[in-house]
Parts: sequence; C-alpha cells; structure tokens
Amino acid sequence: MAYALQQLINGVTLGMIYGLIAVGYTMVYGIIGMINFAHGDVFMVGSFLSLIALLGLAALGITSVPLALALTLIFAAGIAALYGWTIERVAYRPLRGSFRLAPLISAIGMSITLQNFVQVSQGARVKPIEAIIPGGIQIMDQGGFAVRLSWMQIAIVVITMSILGIFTWLVTKTPLGRTMRACEQDLKMASLLGIDTDRTISLTFVIGAALAAVAGFMFLLYYGVIDFYIGFIAGVKAFTAAVLGGIGSLPGAVLGGLLIGLIEVFWSAYFSVEYKDVAAFAILIVVLIFMPTGILGRAEVEKV
Amino acid sequence: MLSVSGLIMQFGGLRAVDGLSFEAKTGDITAVIGPNGAGKTTVFNCITGFYRPSGGSIDLTHPGGASHKLHTMPGHRIASAAKVARTFQNIRLFAGMTVLENLLVAQHNTLMAATGFGVLAVLGLGRYRAAEAAGIEKAKFWLDAVGLTARADDPAGALPYGAQRRLEIARAMCIDPVLLCLDEPAAGLNPRESDELNQLLMRIRAGGCSLLLIEHDMGVVMRISDHIVVLDHGKKISDGPPAEIRNDPAVIAAYLGEGEEDEVPA
Amino acid sequence: MTALRDAFLSALVALGLFAPLVGLVTTSGEHGLYLELRPIATAVVVGLVFLGRLIVLSRRSRGRAASLAAKPALAERISKAGKYVTPLLLIAAVALPFTGSRYYIDLGTLVLTYIMLGWGLNIVVGLAGLLDLGYVAFYAVGAYSFALLATNFGLGFWTCLPLAGIFAAFAGVMLGFPVLRLRGDYLAIVTLAFGEIIRVVLINWVSLTNGPNGITGIPRPTLFGLALSMDGGPGTIAGFFNVEPAVIQRIIFLYYVILGLALLTNWVSLRLRRMPLGRAWEALREDEVACRSLGINVRNTKLTAFGIGAIFGGFAGAFFATRQAFISPESFTFIESATVLAIVVLGGLGSQLGVALAAIVMVGGLETLRDFLSFLGDQMNSPLFSGIASELPLYRMLIFGLALVVMMVLRPRGLVSGRTPSVALHKVKDIAPDLVAQGRG
Ligand SMILES: Nc1ncnc2c1ncn2[C@@H]1O[C@H](COP(=O)(O)OP(=O)(O)OP(=O)(O)O)[C@@H](O)[C@H]1O
Ligand SMILES: [Mg+2]
Repeated sequence: MAYALQQLINGVTLGMIYGLIAVGYTMVYGIIGMINFAHGDVFMVGSFLSLIALLGLAALGITSVPLALALTLIFAAGIAALYGWTIERVAYRPLRGSFRLAPLISAIGMSITLQNFVQVSQGARVKPIEAIIPGGIQIMDQGGFAVRLSWMQIAIVVITMSILGIFTWLVTKTPLGRTMRACEQDLKMASLLGIDTDRTISLTFVIGAALAAVAGFMFLLYYGVIDFYIGFIAGVKAFTAAVLGGIGSLPGAVLGGLLIGLIEVFWSAYFSVEYKDVAAFAILIVVLIFMPTGILGRAEVEKV
Repeated sequence: MLSVSGLIMQFGGLRAVDGLSFEAKTGDITAVIGPNGAGKTTVFNCITGFYRPSGGSIDLTHPGGASHKLHTMPGHRIASAAKVARTFQNIRLFAGMTVLENLLVAQHNTLMAATGFGVLAVLGLGRYRAAEAAGIEKAKFWLDAVGLTARADDPAGALPYGAQRRLEIARAMCIDPVLLCLDEPAAGLNPRESDELNQLLMRIRAGGCSLLLIEHDMGVVMRISDHIVVLDHGKKISDGPPAEIRNDPAVIAAYLGEGEEDEVPA
Repeated sequence: MTALRDAFLSALVALGLFAPLVGLVTTSGEHGLYLELRPIATAVVVGLVFLGRLIVLSRRSRGRAASLAAKPALAERISKAGKYVTPLLLIAAVALPFTGSRYYIDLGTLVLTYIMLGWGLNIVVGLAGLLDLGYVAFYAVGAYSFALLATNFGLGFWTCLPLAGIFAAFAGVMLGFPVLRLRGDYLAIVTLAFGEIIRVVLINWVSLTNGPNGITGIPRPTLFGLALSMDGGPGTIAGFFNVEPAVIQRIIFLYYVILGLALLTNWVSLRLRRMPLGRAWEALREDEVACRSLGINVRNTKLTAFGIGAIFGGFAGAFFATRQAFISPESFTFIESATVLAIVVLGGLGSQLGVALAAIVMVGGLETLRDFLSFLGDQMNSPLFSGIASELPLYRMLIFGLALVVMMVLRPRGLVSGRTPSVALHKVKDIAPDLVAQGRG
C-alpha cells in the first residue's frame, strides 16, 4: 500500500513532465497535421539551456534559489522558443502544403541535427548537478517503508499545473487562442478569413518549445543529470502519450502523459526496470487497437 | 432483388436513417431522391458496407437465387461476393494510376485468383498471362462503352470531370455487379453529358444489371427510373413510379419546404 | 540593402541560438560542472550564418525567374536520363570489384545493403503508402535469426537465408495484424514503438541474445559448399581454384552476394508491381475507400505488403550478420530506420532507380564525408585547429541531419518523382508526381 502510494507519487511527477512535452506534439499536430519529430530534442535543448543558466547564475553569484530558478526558467523557455521558431521557419515552412512525408523527413533531419549539435558543442558526457531543492516531507510510514514526497516533486506538480493553467487560459480565452483553434479546425478557411496563419503556426511552435523547455528544466532538477540523448527517448514517450490521449486533444496530451508516467513507474516497481519502455509501448499498441484514435481523440468515421 | 427493411443508422444523437424500408426489383432502375441531408448517401453506405447499420436488415437476392445478408457482411465481401458495386458522391478514382490501371484494379479478385497466390505469377508461370489478357479485354469493352479508349493511358486524375464520372462507373462495372449503386452520377455534368449518361445507364440495365440511383436532377430521374423512393429526414415519405411521385403532395411539400435546395447538388 | 538587413537579423537570431550552447560550454571540473567561454567559435558560427544568408538571398533575387523556368526541364531530363543511368549503374556495380580496392568494395557493400533495405521498405512506404518507422525491427529479426540458428544449430548461411526471411515476415504479420487498421501517424508511432520493443528485448533477453555484448563467431557464407577460409586447404574456395587465399576474395564474394540479393529484391518488386497484388498496393495508397468498394480485402493486402517488405529486411539482416560476423543491438537503432526511410523518400516514393541513387548519395556521401573529415583532421595540425580536428568525425551526423533538411526543402518529392504505369494499352506515359498520392496509412 505504502509502496504503491510512493509509486503513484513518482509516476505523477514523471507523467507531468511527459504531459508538458506531449502538449507541444499535440498542438503542432492539431494545427498542421505533422509529427514534429524534433520536439523531443527541443526538450533536450531546453534542459541544457537550464543547466547553462543555472551554472551561469551561480558564477555570477546569485544565491537566492527562488530567484535563480525563476530566471533560469525564463531564460530556458525564451531561448527554446527561439529554437522552436527557427526550426519551423527553416525546416517546415518551406514544405508547407507539400507531400506528407517531406516534412516528416525534414523533422527527423532536424532531430538528428539538434542532437548532434548539442553533442558536438557541449560534449557527449553526461552532465550531473547537485540537487537544488533537497529534502521533502514524509507522508506515511508503514512497516518501515517511508512514503516520501520531495519538495522537488511538489515543485514539479505545482509548476506544471500553473503553466498548464496559463496555457489553457491562453487557448480558450484569448484572441490568440481563438485564432489557433480556428487554424486547427481549417487552416485554409482561417487564412481566407484574414487570419495570419503563418504567424499563428509560428506561435504554436514557440509556445510548444517553451513548454518543452519547462519540461526540460524540471527533468534536470528532478533527475539531476542530463545528456544529449535524453530528447529521443523522452520525445518518443511523450509522442506516445499524445497519441494515447488522442492526438490533437490538449487535455488528452496531459492525460496520456500521466498514464505513460504511471505505467512506466509501476511497471519498473513491480515487474522489471529493463522492460519499462516495452510496457509503455505495448500498452500504447493495445489501447490503439481498441480505441484507434486514442482516449480523448475525436472518433473519425470517414464520410464517403 | 434488394430488400431494405427497418433500416436505422444512428450517429451519436443524429438518426440519419430512421426505419427505412423499400424494395428494388431486378432489372429496374430505382431512384432514391430527397432534399440535402435526407440520408440518401447514408443508405448507400449501409448497403455497401461502409457503415454498419444500427438496426434493420438489407437482403440481396441474385437473379440466380443466391441470397446475401448485406448488413452482416464486411464491405469488401459485399463487392466481391454479393456483387454490389458503387460510385461515390465525391469521385474517388485512383488519381495517380492510368485509366486502364483503374479498370484492372477493379478486377483484382479475378486476376489475383489466376496468379496462384502471387508466387507462380512472379516467376512467370501459370495462367496469369491469359487472365491478364482477358482482364484487359474487359477493360477495353467498358472503355469503349464510356468513350474513354483514347485516354486509356492517361492518369485518371488528369481527366475532365465528366470523364472521371464515367470512368468511375466503368470501374464499378468491372467487378461484374448484379446491382450498381450510383451516388449523384449526373452532378456537375452539362446537358449533353447528362444525356450520354442516361444512355449509358440504360445500356447497363439492358446488360442485366439492376441500378440504384441517387440523383438531384429531376430531369434524369423522371426520364429513366422505373421506381422512385423519396426520403426526408431519414424517413421514407413516398414510394412509387415516377408519374405518381410527381403528383404526390407530400413530396412537393418536402421539396418546397426546403426551398431551392434540390437544385444545389452538394 | 534589404538583403543586408535580413542577413543581419538572421545573424541576430543565430546569436540568440548559439551564444548559450556554443559560447558557454558546460565542462566538468574539480567542484562539479562549470562554464567555459568560447567566444571565437560563437563568432565564427554567427558569421557563417550571416554570410550564408547573404549568399542565399542574393542568389535568390538573381535566379528566381530562371530557376522556375528550368524546373520542369530538369525533372524531364532526370526521367529521360533514367533510361541510361540504370544500365550504367548496373555495369558499374558488377565491375566495381575489379578495381581491387578493398575500400571501394567495402563501401559498395555497405551502399548495396542500404539499397536493398530501401527497395524493401519501398514496397511498404512507396507502393502501399504505409508509413513504417520501425523497419529496422525486421532487419534485426533477420540478423538475429540467422546468427542464432548458425551459432546454436550450426546451420549455414544459405539454409538460414530463407528462414531469416520467414521469421522477419512472421514478425511483420504479427505486428501488422492488429495495427494495420490504424491510419497515418498512429501507424507510424506504433511501428516506431515496435522497433524499439524489439531492440529493448534484444538487449535484455540475455540468455538468448547475449544482451548488449552481442553474438560473435557468425559463419561466412559458402560458395556451393566451398568455404571461404584462410587456410587454403581442400574444401575452401582458394583451395578449389588453386589460388593463394586472401582476405580480398572474401570481401569480393560478399559483395557479389549482396549485389545478387539486392537485384533479387529489385526484380521481385518490379514483377509484383505489374501483378494484381502490386497494383492493389498502389491503389490502396491512392484511395483505400475505393479499394474496399471494389472488393479488395484491404487488411490482407496491407499485410502482404508488410510481410513482403519484411522478408527483404530479413534477408538484408542475415547478410549484415554474416558480413560482420558479429551483431549487437546497437546496430538496430531508430537512426537506421530513419536512414532507410529517408533514402526511400529522397529517392522519390516508389521509384527503384531513385532509391538506388538516394542510397548512393546518402550512404556513399556520408562515408566519403567521414573520410574527408578525418583527412582534414590529419592535415590541420596547427594548435588552434587540433582540438577541432580530433572532433571532426563527430560532425558527420550533424551534417547528415542538416543534409536531410536541405534535400527535403530543395526536392520535397525526391530525386526521381513521377510514376511509370504498370501496363498500357497504347503507349506508356509517365504520370506527373502531383497526381500521385502518398497514402495516409
Ligand atoms: N459519418 C457520419 N457521422 C456523423 N454524421 C453523419 C455521417 N454521415 C452522414 N452523417 C449525417 O447524416 C445526415 C445525412 O447525410 P447524407 O450524406 O446521407 O445526406 P444526403 O441525403 O446524401 O445529402 P446530399 O444530398 O447532400 O448528398 C447528415 O445530417 C449528415 O451530416
Ligand atoms: Mg449524399
């Protein structure tokens, strides 16, 4: 019981990170119908940017932890947003309206580029840091097994929740969100109605990249170690989460992220760590067989 | 030949077809008409297995006596075993393949049977060569019938609209159907093309294939159909020979109530 | 003037992008990580972006009208040239071992392996229009089934080759059966997941696969029962032909084996394209709904595409195992699937010649680049560049990634686009690429 509770806590934390990345996949997919393969690598870039910012701030002598974290978050999200914008401009926009596979290959190319760019510029070694927010609280003690909730986990859940809150407000209540949803419904129609679709698509990439950078920041804080390769695995998992939740659906992305996080953690805890990825993917396959458009995806009956 | 009874098709809260029953006789041209959104295409989709009906039954009896319960069969079996062919309201050709290839794809099952599971044919053995020659002959026959022989080697997607409509009919005929379902074949045709279409349909009927036809063009409907079923909001409001339908107050009310919509094919 | 301003803005963006990641390097020191400044490198990168942008802009303003007019002509020329390129390539491929250069033969073997994989995947992606991001799984199944059969039961290459194909096809059908009704990107992610599952299983099922350490001592193929061994005794090729045994003989022999396998793949796909099955694949790519209305069993037809594509993946895998004599899960990562898919798309979906050209450009080009870079590294012995020089081979994948982006932006439809009809009543006329669908599966 206590053990399961601990896994639940860990799973939710991990799921939050996946969910944040998945939102970026789902947004881009919803609006231009492509898998932005490089998104996972933007997440990785975001966590490197966070690491650099933290080290830089420490070198500058800023010791207040909340201030350092806030500045890091802003820095990482800002620069990652610039990455998102550039990627769209360079690799996807010229291919807009082109054949389906060209943007996908371009995206895979971008992913390889980013990965190797970071490997070359920052080195291939893993980058460990010390815990920034150590400690936590003990919620329960059952038969010698202590259930712990670290400050870090609380911070992750709180930050994710508030970012998602802001994001939901942005999409549902603001004119920007309205244009985004309009483009998602029908890009061509939206542009005929005078919406600047290029700008909207750019903004989608910018927002998605910023969210991925937040996830990267939290990944760094939570695990305390990153390398240039984390983007691929986390990206595939997050994309799996987006598909599981029903691609195109924002709540679905978060839900899918939580599910993948929980599956992974529980599987590692009760069965085997080695096969945790297999478990996540196998469940994806099973879910898709019974719900071909994911959990919250719109059922698409093709009109003929 | 075709007997639909108590057919229901429910989409979430919307009942697109609501307890529809009608018969189509062997050798007849049966027309299904009704205002936009009446559920005509949905009926076709149920008959040809694209949608599984929420209720009711669809039975097809071949002239030879064999009978099929279409509401239980998967879509591809309805074409291959029950021999029901169809065309689509929005033309669906294999745009990147030539006209001839389109007609050969339609004979897939016959040709495939001659390839000995593909292995023999790949090796150049077996009777595939003869089967393919026969397939091309059949394709030629239908190309001739729809006047597309000269364009046999052009990509289907490059044909003008009217020719695409005719090609779609020819392709459907290549499966040797006993019942051909046409979804608004005259939509977008000019009067001359429309006349040619009428002749083609009469010719198909003369060849022993029954027809089920959705059409908005009343001229075409009144001239060629033997029997008309009128739908509105998923329900049958009238059923009978053209002369009778023309004077049915319920039909007139349904159309007038819907304004000019019957002239605007979707 | 606008060009200058534009280039300046690009440089500004580049500064934002590269200043943190290039200019500030996380380096491990005594007390954990610290940041090292690298201003020169940053300036160089930003300067390159500035110059590059300027060049692109000036060429664009000058060459736009001309390039638009030249485009259809170019496409036509390529498809015309195809008639001569194919036999030339074939002759070159057969003649390559006569150069006697081990380096070229090795490179040729590698390129041919990718050509074969590309042709195999082309059946699935190019003809049937099913997006498969996990093709490497079948490659792995082929390689491991041969390696395991050979090392555990002492079976030879030629016995195992069909078995490897059958196992791979079996894996393809196993995967395809439940997932082929998924459409588009759902299928893509499931195939990607399948590829990863296979790899994770290979790593962790240590008792069978020896885990990350891989399998060693995989036998080489024989020539009609003659072994390729270095002792030159009776029963070996060298002994039979009464020549001195040499490593080069084995390399040449392997080269011809893969050439034969690749040509087999090509021949079968070309034959199938003219058969009802191949036509049904292409029809599926064009319009699945119409196929169903014509009585084609969509699922079975997709399964055959998946299965047959997998067979060739399996063959290539078995060859890979016998050539390397050693395999480990590391050889079967997603990057392999991505490379093969990129070859198919860059080649022009469905085009056999295009795939071959793309494989030559991408794999051959990549290898040439690797050699060029290490050559450059050797030359640059100045103290400033020595650091960069040692890292140069690392840039290989970076350049590969960028090349993918650039090639797609320049030729989104691939090198050889357009489609040749499989049958004609009067005269075969090529079909313009924009009419041909890419499938949604
Ligand atoms: N797959 C589906 N999912 C939900 N609703 C559907 C679906 N297919 C059809 N409908 C609805 O069913 C109703 C009937 O549609 P249908 O296409 O059958 O009309 P129709 O009589 O063919 O009209 P038209 O003359 O415009 O072709 C419409 O309200 C339509 O929106
Ligand atoms: Mg309709």
